[in-house]
Amino acid sequence: MFGPYAYFIVTSYLAAALVVAVLIAWVAIDYRSQTRRLRKLEQSGVVRRSGRSATEMT
Amino acid sequence: MTLIDLANPTRFLALTARVLPWLAGATAVILLIGLYQSAMAPDDYQQGATVKIMFIHVPNAWLSMFIWGVMSMASLGTLVWRHPLADVAAKAAAPIGAAFTFLALVTGSLWGRPMWGTYWEWDARLTSVLILFLMYLGVMALWRAVEDPSRAARAAAVLTLVGAINLPIIKFSVDWWNTLHQPASVFRAGGPTLDRAFLIPLMVMALAFTLLFLTLHIAAMRNEILRRRVRALQMMQVRAYSSDVKPARREETASLSA
Repeated sequence: MFGPYAYFIVTSYLAAALVVAVLIAWVAIDYRSQTRRLRKLEQSGVVRRSGRSATEMT
Repeated sequence: MTLIDLANPTRFLALTARVLPWLAGATAVILLIGLYQSAMAPDDYQQGATVKIMFIHVPNAWLSMFIWGVMSMASLGTLVWRHPLADVAAKAAAPIGAAFTFLALVTGSLWGRPMWGTYWEWDARLTSVLILFLMYLGVMALWRAVEDPSRAARAAAVLTLVGAINLPIIKFSVDWWNTLHQPASVFRAGGPTLDRAFLIPLMVMALAFTLLFLTLHIAAMRNEILRRRVRALQMMQVRAYSSDVKPARREETASLSA
């Protein structure tokens, strides 16, 4: 499809797709990890000074 | 909601919950349009099909500098205005900037091999971008090395502002030195030298990657705020534990000495 340059073009786009996928996974996994840790802390009885839930977004 | 309202992390979190789905959707749609236009773009009369690498290399190269610019503004926010979200923004942007700079280097290398006959050349543009990548890693390492976030923020802010000197060096390296890398062909005094058949897909891909950065950055800032809440609650837990234990220990010591 891309003639003699197919390797360079396909590798470039695959590298971009891989890095973007890693970034999205990093953000998603980190979010789940932090909310899980916050819930655990709240379940153990530690609450914010405001008394509001630490995972509250609104 | 005014800009000053966003200084409150809870308000910022509320905003992210509303904005993130729309930003992610817009990013996906524009990226798909950009990829379609890139695939349909004609071959260049000199570079052949390798011109398709430009549609991902150039947006990543622009973002590598833009993100350091964002971090520099945030660093000013930390040092001058002590904005509560400034260091959160700077810390969250660093890994994303490192990833885009890495992609600019890799795709540039893969474009250079068929066009220049080499994957790498120690010329001014390539070397200055490599230095930018190493600076991103340095800032990330600094954040991890200092446990107290406010102390880490000040040190990282100074390093970021010093590193901003590299941005004009990268931009003008192709004018100041005789490099293998081509000079600017889009943002230049006489207007773009690119044909519309390449310019339009390039600008659409640049918009898509910029939206991708915004989406990831806001999501990473939200995670950083939650991480700081975890830290604050853990410290409260430790303080509560030590205030419970200390009187008990004192009583124990008193009974032993009696």
